Amino acid sequence: MDYLLNEQQVMIRDLARQIAKEKIAPVAAEYDEKEEFPWPIVKLLADSDLFGVYIEEKYGGIGGGVLELAICTEELSKACGGISLSLAATALGTYPIILFGNDEQKQKYLPDIAKGRKLAAFAITEPEAGSDAGSIKTTAKKEGDHYILNGTKQWITNGGEAEVYTVVAMTDKSKGARGASVFILEKGMKGFTFGKKEKKLGIRASATRELIFTDCKVPKANLLGKEGLGFIVAMKTFDKSRPGVAAQAVGIAQGALDFAVDYAKNRRQFGQAISSFQGIQFMLADMATQIEAARALIYSACRMIDSGAKDISKISAMAKMFASDVAVKVTIDAVQIFGGYGYMRDYPVEKFMRDAKITQIYEGTNQIQRNVIAQALIKESLK
Amino acid sequence: MKIIVCIKQVPNSADVKIDPKTNTLIREGVESVINPFDTYAIEEAVRLKERFAGTITIITMGPPQAEAALREALSLGCDEAILISDRAFAGSDTWATSYTLSSAIKKIGSYDLILCGKQASDGDTAQVGPGVATHLDIPQVTYVKKIEEINGEKARVERLVEDGYEIVEVSLPCLFTVVKEINVPRLPSLKGKIKAKAAKVAVWNAASLECDPKRLGLEGSPTKVMKIFNPPPRKGAVKITGEPEEAVDKLIELLGKDLPR
Repeated sequence: MDYLLNEQQVMIRDLARQIAKEKIAPVAAEYDEKEEFPWPIVKLLADSDLFGVYIEEKYGGIGGGVLELAICTEELSKACGGISLSLAATALGTYPIILFGNDEQKQKYLPDIAKGRKLAAFAITEPEAGSDAGSIKTTAKKEGDHYILNGTKQWITNGGEAEVYTVVAMTDKSKGARGASVFILEKGMKGFTFGKKEKKLGIRASATRELIFTDCKVPKANLLGKEGLGFIVAMKTFDKSRPGVAAQAVGIAQGALDFAVDYAKNRRQFGQAISSFQGIQFMLADMATQIEAARALIYSACRMIDSGAKDISKISAMAKMFASDVAVKVTIDAVQIFGGYGYMRDYPVEKFMRDAKITQIYEGTNQIQRNVIAQALIKESLK
Repeated sequence: MKIIVCIKQVPNSADVKIDPKTNTLIREGVESVINPFDTYAIEEAVRLKERFAGTITIITMGPPQAEAALREALSLGCDEAILISDRAFAGSDTWATSYTLSSAIKKIGSYDLILCGKQASDGDTAQVGPGVATHLDIPQVTYVKKIEEINGEKARVERLVEDGYEIVEVSLPCLFTVVKEINVPRLPSLKGKIKAKAAKVAVWNAASLECDPKRLGLEGSPTKVMKIFNPPPRKGAVKITGEPEEAVDKLIELLGKDLPR
């Protein structure tokens, strides 16, 4: 399918594809097994300028948008959904600055992120605040020129590895959701430490860690936007980042399908390649069609978002939900086509299945996405 | 430091097949790439530029589509690109090619160092680099695996030989052909690609070079290729099957037969 990408988008796709094929695919299983953060690959991605595809040129980026980020994430995810996440999660941590940062904050943080010299992370989730983000307990108390942060964030992607953190904390608990604010924190700030590193089912090359704030003193200049904007920052950030999760999902699905097609052509049973059996053919056909539909939805969503359209929550949620559901289904089918071999860790497809699952859960579970979509539908019907 | 890198565009050797009827390379539909050995020359030039500053001029002789190889080199950090292209160059052997390249280098004028890959993956002759140095009457070191020291006047390099390496000192300007042991080539960057896309590639034809037209192309090529063929498969391999213990006995028996007693 030709998605009529422009010259620069084709360059991004080809370069990301080359890195995925030559540098990531050969080491993906090893990083998965060791649960190690892939710094050498991150360095390669940094040198290739891919960390800056969605960042404005004046801040050292390439000047693309959500579509460029999606293209890049998809290609990298074909080789490893865990390694690609170092880049996608940095984008998630960076969008609050892009969307709500003042020029000073952008000048300070974006160039290093665009060059891949610093990774970023976004921190909203807490032990008791997942889908119910309104119940976060981390507090930020104003004291003179500073805010004092106390609390714990959980399951933070890039946690411990990133240098820049955008953190949601309550500045005024009495106001509920309207009492949240977002702050830019830097690794090494006094009172900012890291807790447990999680052991996960999939995306094991990605670091997922607890952030602990103990009387952490954050300068007033690090407040994003103004007090009380926290949830708006978070929602607008997710609107921009969810197509990236969708792209990660579709990349994982495509990676699994590519292996499945190749295996089906070479695996012989009953004296012939299993790809000659209609049962396998129908599975492959369904997998490919679902992937293409997901990709088409993602690219359309990205183009709409990059056009500057206003109401993007619905399309963004649709892309994330649909693509991640496709990824889980397709990767399970890929394991099925591999049969017993598919279940073995010596073969690549079970990893795709494990990596796919998280895309239905993070950046809002797919049930939350359905809430977002339904609420938008109802709102539209009232117009 | 002023560096010139000579590269060649070749068919991607992973895709190459030979037509069994004509015994020639099937070039249709095969992707063209920079000769893999030349990528080490480009990388070494970029590293030298990063250390000592200067400029890198990349040149190639080839058809108009060889411009793609030059743009790729530009995206990796080279500064200027020259495509040496003319129907008059068609059919050049290594002698005519090295003469043509050296004529272009004379036109460029001053330089400190010329870098080439040790050979091209399609022709495998390893003659063009040394030929260029000979035509230019400058020193050459082939199979360079490490540049130990280099300044404006001389260089000390390690040169790969069959049973180790030699350390050679050479005065500049000179020409090196490099082997893959010398470095790990970097990947292009997006900004490099964007810049390369917009860069101007100069095209020089035969008339623009000060050279003897009789020494160009087919006419200037003493080499005549009579036949290209696949070597016949080797015969005589024995496959030993069966249980390991039996197979080992059989192997020992067979080995014993060939041993002088």
